[in-house]
Amino acid sequence: MRFNAWQILKQGLSGNRGWHPHWRKPDPKPDYDAIIIGGGGHGLATAYYLAKNHGLTNIAVLEKGYLGGGNIGRNTTIVRANYFLPGNSEFYSHSLKLWEGLEADLNYNVMHSQRGLINLFHSDGQRDAFARRGNAMLAQGDDAILLGREDVRKILPYLDYDQARFPIYGGLYHKRGGTARHDAVAWGYARGADQRGVDLIENCEVTGISVDQGRVTGVTTTRGQIRARKVAIVVAGRSSQVAAMAGLRLPIESHILQAFVTEGLKPVIDHVISFGMGHFYISQSDKGGLVFGGDLDFYASYAARGNLPGVEQVMEAGMALMPMIGRAKLLRSWGGIMDMTPDGSPIIDRTPIDGLYLDAGWCYGGFKAVPASGWCMAHLMATDEPHPVARRFRLDRFATGDLLDEEGTGSQHNLH
Amino acid sequence: MRLICPCCGWRDRREFTYMGADDYLHRPVPDAPPEAWDEYLHNRTNPAGAARDLWYHDPCGTWVCITRDTITHAVTDGTRLEDAQ
Repeated sequence: MRFNAWQILKQGLSGNRGWHPHWRKPDPKPDYDAIIIGGGGHGLATAYYLAKNHGLTNIAVLEKGYLGGGNIGRNTTIVRANYFLPGNSEFYSHSLKLWEGLEADLNYNVMHSQRGLINLFHSDGQRDAFARRGNAMLAQGDDAILLGREDVRKILPYLDYDQARFPIYGGLYHKRGGTARHDAVAWGYARGADQRGVDLIENCEVTGISVDQGRVTGVTTTRGQIRARKVAIVVAGRSSQVAAMAGLRLPIESHILQAFVTEGLKPVIDHVISFGMGHFYISQSDKGGLVFGGDLDFYASYAARGNLPGVEQVMEAGMALMPMIGRAKLLRSWGGIMDMTPDGSPIIDRTPIDGLYLDAGWCYGGFKAVPASGWCMAHLMATDEPHPVARRFRLDRFATGDLLDEEGTGSQHNLH
Repeated sequence: MRLICPCCGWRDRREFTYMGADDYLHRPVPDAPPEAWDEYLHNRTNPAGAARDLWYHDPCGTWVCITRDTITHAVTDGTRLEDAQ
């Protein structure tokens, strides 16, 4: 069924009895051309683009829980393309372009809202750095406007401009940045993949990866053995465990990143605001809740919940930036498990095992990357060649020194 | 979360700085091949469950090897690095 206004009218007039589940619940077949481990945003997008761009439809997505139950449902939903380094810049630019056509492509409302993203700066040195970043974004073909203090004040009058520690000097305005409804992205890709014949198999945990003479031959799951010539590991948050089934040790350490949402409020924050010095970023959801997050808790963890010092740090940063939010009541907090690589950039690459591919290491930036990650991973799996915009996301770059250190802080596990 | 400092006992997590997994205890010899340095610096077992990692207790200046569970955040042991190696 295609979703459109006519359907809503028709279903509304007929008691809404004609809506059907968005995807099938097939049993696993014994044999597939390709298997994608992980039914999150990246895995579902990979399956969708394998089917759509490369005509590969005898494929399965194996998910140990339910579709979209991992980090795609546990983030702050920000979509942007404001990267600086060659290697990152063209990838996220490609991703944003895919976002802009995503709803029409999927025939699914992912509530992509390009409300604009403003990165604040607080010193002359930071202004120079943001001017340079803005130029890199323009050179890439994306948009960036350098705003002075009074320009920012016109757009965001409610910030504390004169705080002693970090007075606001201005901001870099990325108008095409914004947010999207995170679950809907997973559902939209799932529906699109299912319609093209991909088997989406939930409650199917992979417990082993079969390798014969250096070549992958299939997987063992809680629902039986499944053979496949190509297997993709797309399980950010659990990459180390799944890769270990194939005997691989990855350059990844899992960290916890907390996020928060307040009670629903009337519209008050129209943009996405990023306060880098306080490691704080905020937007308002369409339901009215203020959605914000901070920095990592900074120790390895799989708990999917953080500790109170992290909460305190985020609240202090929020209060320093916009004291008006102090009276909003916090409703919920959650923690996502981040695949942290030493240089803070992801991995989309082959592995030393033939037919085994890896999409991992999304650090704290996986959500906005979902479309391009799926696009490039599908390209890699179908052609065995890296996609041009993802060619720098190599697994061996830490050994060779071809790093993608966007923050410029070094390539070591506790620095990102 | 509270961690164990061998000098000071149970202390608040905020008094500690995290360094990383206990792979850092196994530094290769200076003329080891590049692969050994890659393993030492970058590749990690990254266990979900029982783990050992290195923390620095800022107030007393002690490097500590903490044994803890990365899923439950339960901390079971804190040993001076000299004794952990």
